[in-house]
Amino acid sequence: MNRRDFLKITGILAIGAVSHQTAMILSSSEVKADQNKKKRWAMAISFSACVKREGCRDCIDACHIIHNVPEFTDNKDKIRWIWSSPYESVFGEQANTFTKVMLKNLSVLCMCNHCENPPCVKVCPTKATWKNKDGIIMIDYHRCIGCRYCMAACPYGARSFNWKDPKPFIKEINRDFPARTKGVVEKCNFCEERISQGLLPACVEACPEKALTFGDLNDPGSDISRLLKTRFSIQRKPHLGTDPKVFYLF
Amino acid sequence: MIERAFRGTIGYWLWLCFLSALALAGFISYLRQLDMGLGITGMGRDVSWGIYIANFTFFVGIAASSVVVILPYYLHDYKKFGNLTILGEFLAVTSVIVAILFILVDLGMPSRVLNVLIYPSPSSLLFWDMVVLTGYLILNIIIGWWSFDARVKEIEPPVWIKPLVYISIPWAISIHTVTAFIYSGLSAKPFWQTALLAPRFLASAFASGPSVLIILCFILRRWLGFNMEKDGIKKIIVIVTYALAIHIFFMLAEIYTLLYSDLPSHRSHLEFLFSGVPGNRFLIPWTWGSTVGSIIAFILFLMSCQKRDNLIIFASLITVFSIWLEKGFCLVIGGFIPTPFEEYPKYVPTIFEVLITLGIYATGGIILTILYKTVVSFRQSK
Repeated sequence: MNRRDFLKITGILAIGAVSHQTAMILSSSEVKADQNKKKRWAMAISFSACVKREGCRDCIDACHIIHNVPEFTDNKDKIRWIWSSPYESVFGEQANTFTKVMLKNLSVLCMCNHCENPPCVKVCPTKATWKNKDGIIMIDYHRCIGCRYCMAACPYGARSFNWKDPKPFIKEINRDFPARTKGVVEKCNFCEERISQGLLPACVEACPEKALTFGDLNDPGSDISRLLKTRFSIQRKPHLGTDPKVFYLF
Repeated sequence: MIERAFRGTIGYWLWLCFLSALALAGFISYLRQLDMGLGITGMGRDVSWGIYIANFTFFVGIAASSVVVILPYYLHDYKKFGNLTILGEFLAVTSVIVAILFILVDLGMPSRVLNVLIYPSPSSLLFWDMVVLTGYLILNIIIGWWSFDARVKEIEPPVWIKPLVYISIPWAISIHTVTAFIYSGLSAKPFWQTALLAPRFLASAFASGPSVLIILCFILRRWLGFNMEKDGIKKIIVIVTYALAIHIFFMLAEIYTLLYSDLPSHRSHLEFLFSGVPGNRFLIPWTWGSTVGSIIAFILFLMSCQKRDNLIIFASLITVFSIWLEKGFCLVIGGFIPTPFEEYPKYVPTIFEVLITLGIYATGGIILTILYKTVVSFRQSK
């Protein structure tokens, strides 16, 4: 190869690379425009409404019954899609000495945050968990190999593993939703099966105080968008950059 | 060649029977785990990885450390590592198999393990771990077997072995680096999230792996009269001493950073390991044992210039044990406690978990015994 040929080839390669990059940038802006039309499901939980009924677990029961979530007695086997934990342990890094005392009795409702940048999805070695086009983090119970890497990667402790066969621990099996086998990971799915039928998530519907608001963040007119624009809200561990879709309202 | 492994003394057969019995006990326990689910282990929703993954991490380190004898022998033509290199390569083969077995028994759905190949996921470090471990296993089987074969026939090893050896050297580093990246890339686990993890893993591997090799050499000499190059062993001891020094330095650097920066989410894990919390102090003896152990081993190795064999064996044993505790037990389990909810759960392996673990050790023991027996009986027949 002489010098001329070499220059020609490198020139062609360089043009190729640049045009490829431009194409990438252009297509990514198209994707962004598309995303605006896409749904971005999110949940807002109002502390003040939630505390009104002490010891209420209507949302938890509603969710766990329709999703065939087993009731294990041993704490280490527990499976939870939605549960409540003390304010201090959920928001430990954001709490101060005064809020810790003030909110001592506050139970915070927790579930999968359906992160915009989900750490669990990228660690899965079989793509058994993925982000749907509407932002919901899904799990394929038939593909999961049970390595539990996603559990280690989730900063919110939102994923549970079937340490034992769950079926004997489900009071009444709901035939409309798959029951899981031992050896796979599961978690809240934002009631994807209900949303696709135009229904609200079971927990939202079950709440007697209307403490939970569910909707599309990409729709500026949705209830949740209006709520988040007007009321002060916090997220769990926002500093991790995961961009959680569950917001807590004061 | 391998047929030599099937001719041995009564002691040899008793040893193999003992290992087989242990492996069988492990296998039966594993069948029970398959039937009942991983719930029969001590793992749970908070500490979701236990001694299986701890052992996996440790044995990847042992496998990677064979580079410590392979590199001087092939790259610097250090002939005194001749016999040690064969032993090192076969130790690496065994350790990779053991590491893979530990991953397999940890899976909730082992029947679906091929999904890792059917749906390759380059964004997952576990996928890369599978790639590098399989590659390393194949490389070491080929290199180990063909160079041993060449020695038996007293011919030069085939020319195509050399490039494979050169590939296997950075490959050895990669297997332990990828293993460290499994941990250090998780934003959810502040205790693992340190760029020093991969270098730390390598330093401790280069101390523990050659220590295993030293112990094995003494066993071969004591029971089979297989004499290793004296200078070779001496060199290995020097390597272990330096590796231990670097390991201790890395450990202190990590402790300083965690304590002085005073970030609660990072520091809490270290505090739990070294001093526990009220009502839950189960890891304290192990953490201290491992830390003090590696320092004692380092001092003993420094003193071992007096060539006292018992001292060297003792120091090697402490090194292996303290690094097994540090890298496996304390690091993996310490990363899960406290939980994201600042709870401090306990983790105690169950009898089934321990039997399965021992069973895998025994399986590794059988493979290693057969491979080493072949090497030894060939050398003695000469």
